[in-house]
Amino acid sequence: MSAKTLYDKLWDDHVVSTEEDGSSLIYIDRQLIHEVTSPQAFEGLRIANRIPWRTARNLAVADHNVPTTDRSVGIADPVSRLQVETLEKNCAEFGITEFDMSDIRQGIVHVVGPEQGATLPGMTIVCGDSHTSTHGASGALAFGIGTSEVEHALATQCLTQKKSKNFLIKVNGYVSAGITAKDIVLAIIGEIGTAGGTGYAIEFAGTAITELSMEGRMTVCNMAIEAGARAGLIAVDDITIDYYRDRPYAPKGEHWFMAERLWHNLHSDPGARFDKVVEVNASLIKPQVTWGTSPEMVVAIDAKIPDPVDEFDLIKQQSIQNALQYMGLEAGQAITGIAIDKVFIGSCTNSRIEDLRAAASVVEGKQRANNVKLALVVPGSGLIKQQAEQEGLDKIFIAAGFEWREPGCSMCLAMNADKLAAGERCASTSNRNFEGRQGYGGRTHLVSPAMAAAAGIAGHFVDVRDWA
Amino acid sequence: MQAFKKLIATVMPLDRANIDTDAIIPKQFLKSIRRAGFGPYLFDEWRYQDIGEPEMDCSQRPLKQEFILNNADYQGAEILLTRENFGCGSSREHAPWALEDYVFRAIIAPSYADIFYNNCFKNGILPIVLTAEQVDQLFQQVLPGYQLDIDLDAQTITTPTGQEIAFDVDASRKYRLFNGLDDIALTLLQADKIIAYEEERVKRAPWLFV
Repeated sequence: MSAKTLYDKLWDDHVVSTEEDGSSLIYIDRQLIHEVTSPQAFEGLRIANRIPWRTARNLAVADHNVPTTDRSVGIADPVSRLQVETLEKNCAEFGITEFDMSDIRQGIVHVVGPEQGATLPGMTIVCGDSHTSTHGASGALAFGIGTSEVEHALATQCLTQKKSKNFLIKVNGYVSAGITAKDIVLAIIGEIGTAGGTGYAIEFAGTAITELSMEGRMTVCNMAIEAGARAGLIAVDDITIDYYRDRPYAPKGEHWFMAERLWHNLHSDPGARFDKVVEVNASLIKPQVTWGTSPEMVVAIDAKIPDPVDEFDLIKQQSIQNALQYMGLEAGQAITGIAIDKVFIGSCTNSRIEDLRAAASVVEGKQRANNVKLALVVPGSGLIKQQAEQEGLDKIFIAAGFEWREPGCSMCLAMNADKLAAGERCASTSNRNFEGRQGYGGRTHLVSPAMAAAAGIAGHFVDVRDWA
Repeated sequence: MQAFKKLIATVMPLDRANIDTDAIIPKQFLKSIRRAGFGPYLFDEWRYQDIGEPEMDCSQRPLKQEFILNNADYQGAEILLTRENFGCGSSREHAPWALEDYVFRAIIAPSYADIFYNNCFKNGILPIVLTAEQVDQLFQQVLPGYQLDIDLDAQTITTPTGQEIAFDVDASRKYRLFNGLDDIALTLLQADKIIAYEEERVKRAPWLFV
């Protein structure tokens, strides 16, 4: 048998049938559902008089619209409220398990899935959300889909897909102190661009990746989509297995041992062929800060904002000009000189316990800068919030002038009340710096949790490596 | 789904790379639980001077006149000509819903983000991939009233001067779009294969079926 990549193995394991043009019907092991991209899918089922193929393979949670302030008063915005209530009604009608706002397990869908063991190694996982790539960190094939496909997966437990190409990104060596998974993935996106992974499934490998915790690996795979790849993958090792042991939805007893044996095979075989390979030297990665309106517009903290005249490609030159104008920045400006108005620590990229610990360790005993109007800390789930509180992190944040909130997507995409006002500049641990993403006219700089926390204290971007 | 066979329509050029789905349809409109009615909010932040809110009546909103969608010369265009990596970012199918609801039935670009590309085919929109040079050439030619003749069956675009440009599309996607077929009904024709797969899979991974 020829050597296979991890992606090949996962793909082959889920093919139900293949058509002449190479597109295949792929079996889906787990679908995660949230309130924004599912109402029309459930409506479609009702209209066609269909029911879910396997109800128990779906798990729902409201995250995009939920308030991060006091939940006891409900959702103020009637349109958001209707959407969240619609999810509840749909799940009740079709018998799908949902973690509602009062459930401690509620949180961001991509944080909740692994935390519950609802997404596991070896699975195919879909969700009507592009950051489904997060779950590939466990050696699973996980990708975002549109609402029509949400309905399709509900009705058939399958999707028609064309196999992607294999892309290996090897991050060799070790990162220096203060460099996180977020810096690694931003540096990769800066190198290959936001369309660098289009048409590919990206496997992240190399010592700098295997050294990461599961949380860090999820951060890396989460942003595979920002490099254009629907799926990011990392091979299973002992760190993966240990993470999933005893999770509520993980296999139990004899099934666990069976699963463990199977999962240990979830890696690319020696000699497996990749269509594209990029190698990155981890030791050269510095703390990353985006300056523009696309995640590929990223530089190291000690760099300056690029000048469009240095760009020969006219389309790119125009993009840089547009971005500088939108961001209110000048070519040649030092990143460390950029003052911020708000801080957001959260999102499916960076709201897990180790992210909160990293941010807390930076702000401990310090005070939010006067020019920083608001610094939000939004845990990824109710369970993470509880854990952080047990560790006293909430008190550290509050003492430093940071706000400690309830779990949800919050200001990553500003569908709830947490948003930037026009012209406001934010140090954000989220994943997208698109125009208007965090609020109409808002300006987003993507950074790691430690970098966001440090900017909140200093009032401008600083290098966490020499700042304590 | 609306079938796509032939389209003879005018072209609107949108000369910008990496247009993301947040720009195509901003997040506040995703709160809708309906599938229709997104057209008035297409490119909302580029199109209007004020901040759009769901269910807003857009007919009285102040327009950003410089944005091409507001240019009277390009009204009624059903073909969108744009640059690489169109539709990147969020998986929201509201993006093709908004494009389709506005009136676009075909897009021409050098590349698309994967999820967006896939979503188009579910909504009767044909996303055509041409080379960057071919797209550049069309950008140079396009003027108000510039019309293209798109034939999905033949997989060709014909320009006003009679130049024929061929494009690729997967056979199965083409078949479904050309006939406007319901994907779910097609898949359910293979229900026996899905059941057979499950019967075999449960032996290897029984924990998935408890």
